[in-house]
Amino acid sequence: MSGHVSPKSTYYLIFGALMVLTAITVAVAYRPLGVWNFPVAIAIAITKATLVILFFMHAKYSSKLTKLFVGTAFFFLAIMLGLTMTDVLSRGLKTYPGGAGGSGYGVRAPHATGAAPEAPREGAH
Amino acid sequence: MGDAIAVHGGHGDAHTHHHPDLQHHFDTLEQQHEAATLGMWLFLITEVLFFGGLFLAYMLYRVWYPTAWAEGSLELNVLLGGINTVVLIGSSLTMALAVRASQTGLRRATVGWLLATMALGLTFLVIKYFEYAEKFEHHHVPGFDFHFDGPDAGPVQIYFSLYFLMTGLHATHMVIGFGLLSVMAWMAARGRFTPQWNTPMEISGLYWHFVDIVWIFLFPLLYLVDRAHQAL
Repeated sequence: MSGHVSPKSTYYLIFGALMVLTAITVAVAYRPLGVWNFPVAIAIAITKATLVILFFMHAKYSSKLTKLFVGTAFFFLAIMLGLTMTDVLSRGLKTYPGGAGGSGYGVRAPHATGAAPEAPREGAH
Repeated sequence: MGDAIAVHGGHGDAHTHHHPDLQHHFDTLEQQHEAATLGMWLFLITEVLFFGGLFLAYMLYRVWYPTAWAEGSLELNVLLGGINTVVLIGSSLTMALAVRASQTGLRRATVGWLLATMALGLTFLVIKYFEYAEKFEHHHVPGFDFHFDGPDAGPVQIYFSLYFLMTGLHATHMVIGFGLLSVMAWMAARGRFTPQWNTPMEISGLYWHFVDIVWIFLFPLLYLVDRAHQAL
């Protein structure tokens, strides 16, 4: 009558998977993977969140309309994070010969060596 | 519970037998359940964007001050954060089992799993309390008494501001969830939930799992940032 009843085994299985993924994310965090540490941590977190949403929150068994609502939340989150970050991360890029900014992804580089705190660079032209 | 009969004029034969929990503006319990679930997800969309703003602030400042982020994050206790992750995911399991018990009409099991969920939630908050107390001791609380050695003290203070804002907002949600679950446990104990009608359980479950998901992102982002590059 009210929603799909999952077998208990599904819940235990998902819990086990979440525990394994938690262990992996901690283990991976201590291995130097250079720029890949962050994407790997985020990928694992997204996988865990997806498992929780699909099975614990029953999204897998929900109506298409509910699924659309679930997708909407992350669609707008992606717009907010994605558009802002592409702007910020590209501010230091050289867009023309001799242009402003350093070599490559300049906003991150000047601070990476532990430079004294200063105001964020606003693409000094 | 399901035997109660109410006759409403103008409804056709199909609706002569009314479930007492069916509101008159819905045709069926399924439709009512669907509307409630949808409404809760709508609320959760606003919650995703609410926390999303803080995650965006975190991302921006991390790009601007990567070393400060690494230094700040090294001050956090990975062991306590890890234990809390296990505790919270465990509470999601017990919550899912509580919802399932209410769906299958097991009153005692529903109350039991709810109390287990509340106990785990409380455990999380107690551990969080000890973590916060440690931050106060080490003068890592932004504001009046903040102290951090090194050239990155300023940005590290921004890191701790976001740490307290994000974990504080998360903990506030936990406290609200705890209150919600106590109401659920009370209703379940009184036998309010049946296999036909247990919408409040389902809705509370959605909320509790959402709070769990927020922590699933907070743990790696706050505690595990740049652990591998400690030698910075």
